[in-house]
Amino acid sequence: MSADLALRLDLADLYAAYGACLDGGRLDDWPSFFTEDCRYRLVPRENHDRGLPLSTMDLRSRGALLDRVYGVKSTLFHAPYYQRHIIGPARVTGRDGDAIHSEANYLVIRTKRDAPSEVFNTGRYIDRVVRTAEGLRFTEKICVFDSELIPNSIIYPI
Amino acid sequence: MTAIQTPPNRSKPPPNWDGSGTSRIPAWVYTDPDTYARELERIFYGPHWSYVGLEVEIPDAGSFKRTSIGERSVIMVRNRQGAISVLENRCAHRAMRFCQERSGKVKSFVCPYHQWNYNFDGQLLGVPFQRGVKGQGGMPEDFSLSDRSLTKLRTAIRGGVVFASFDPDVAPLEDYIGPQVLRYFDRTFDGRKLVLQGYSRQRIPGNWKLMMENIKDPYHPGLLHTWFVTFGLWRADNRSQLVMDAKGRHACMISTRNTVVDEEVAAVATSYRANMQLNDMRMLDIVHEPWWGDPTVCMTTIFPSVVLQQQVNSLSTRQIIPLGPGEFDFVWTHFGFEDDTPEMTDRRMRQANLFGPAGFVSADDGEVIEFSQQGFTQDKDFATLCELGGVGVGDADHMVTETLIRGMYRYWREVMDL
Repeated sequence: MSADLALRLDLADLYAAYGACLDGGRLDDWPSFFTEDCRYRLVPRENHDRGLPLSTMDLRSRGALLDRVYGVKSTLFHAPYYQRHIIGPARVTGRDGDAIHSEANYLVIRTKRDAPSEVFNTGRYIDRVVRTAEGLRFTEKICVFDSELIPNSIIYPI
Repeated sequence: MTAIQTPPNRSKPPPNWDGSGTSRIPAWVYTDPDTYARELERIFYGPHWSYVGLEVEIPDAGSFKRTSIGERSVIMVRNRQGAISVLENRCAHRAMRFCQERSGKVKSFVCPYHQWNYNFDGQLLGVPFQRGVKGQGGMPEDFSLSDRSLTKLRTAIRGGVVFASFDPDVAPLEDYIGPQVLRYFDRTFDGRKLVLQGYSRQRIPGNWKLMMENIKDPYHPGLLHTWFVTFGLWRADNRSQLVMDAKGRHACMISTRNTVVDEEVAAVATSYRANMQLNDMRMLDIVHEPWWGDPTVCMTTIFPSVVLQQQVNSLSTRQIIPLGPGEFDFVWTHFGFEDDTPEMTDRRMRQANLFGPAGFVSADDGEVIEFSQQGFTQDKDFATLCELGGVGVGDADHMVTETLIRGMYRYWREVMDL
């Protein structure tokens, strides 16, 4: 099997596992998809396109991701909801050193208790992925979302 | 004999609010469509100043930003002399909302339907085929370009913040805000050049006044918001002040961060977490800025449309755009100052994790407003209890009072004649 094909399969596994983790509500496992010195950002498309620095979430280490998990589970009062991630095929867009640049479209459907499912957030992941002893991990993940008008709030990571 | 028909009212009279106080607010104030219609007419389109944006958002001649006052779409634009106009986004011909981009830069405004063309002051420059084609058709003799301008709003700018009003008789902005609140407005917007850092937008299924109340309610942040309580950013034992304008419609909540928790507060606020530590403490890397003076937070409400936030190093304007009695858009514009170092910009961006639609603090404000609205909808005969600190209206030097909410409704009842 060619190295390229193997990488594609590994990336497909990575995105599938990432979506399954969030959709399964396994928030505690979410930081383990990232390297220690990672960056996670959730950014409205208008800010991204105009080069404005404000993010909806901006976490700059795995520790900050752990803090977000704690915040969601123990401090943020919110109506509970399910998430369902539909993630498109990953596209390798480049490399720098050991890092792979990869992009994928995503669609997150939210289902609140007692309400029909709704399109909640859609956009694309702009990622940097590295190979570690545990497999592929995100060293950077920027979720640039088209759904700039947020239906009230975003509690869980995308 | 035929009965004389009375002309239909634009809106039915809203229900009655018993008594003269404002410490029990009836549920219909948040849900009744006729009350809401009267709010649009008397408040949003009446003699009040509404927030439109920051000057820095439209740096050049022809730069524009589209937004709304009440439910009317407006455009803020800079003309060739550098002055700012606020124009209604509605073509004088067939009512088209001709501007669909949120921001950008144009040479003039052209309505795409029939190419009516306006300058940056809203004047109609020309219409195609005004004199007809080959002697046929065209506009009537008495048609005049000058009769068909875009609606031009009264505009006022202070410290880089732009306000507008549909009412030409609105009081000057400084008188409208009043000296008590203006002092704190000027504390942030003192003429330094601002830098735009980005937007957050959320649609909250609740009445617009609930967001004004939220920032006039110093009681909740020290209870609901674990992050504020635990890290002393807003807590009942903090030294604080509540200030209103003479009419009670605008207010500031000012407070100073406290790093040592009062035992009485720690015992009552279950959201206080003595052992809470962050893995990444950089989110609370707070650096005092000289212009703050003593207070570390100042939350200002300028009735009816904007909240001005300084919470440690995080700065934003939060615009309220109503969409019927049960819904509003909430638009955050984060900013810094021209002389910020890259480290300060970074710090403001990290602290922004506390705010906005996903913020550790602000996300649940949107949630509780949604659930309050649900409660008002399910029982129209309900009235809220707003009697913390008594039933009167006045400034305070502590947080255990709902006086600012009572003040806003005292003014609301007056202007709504209810």
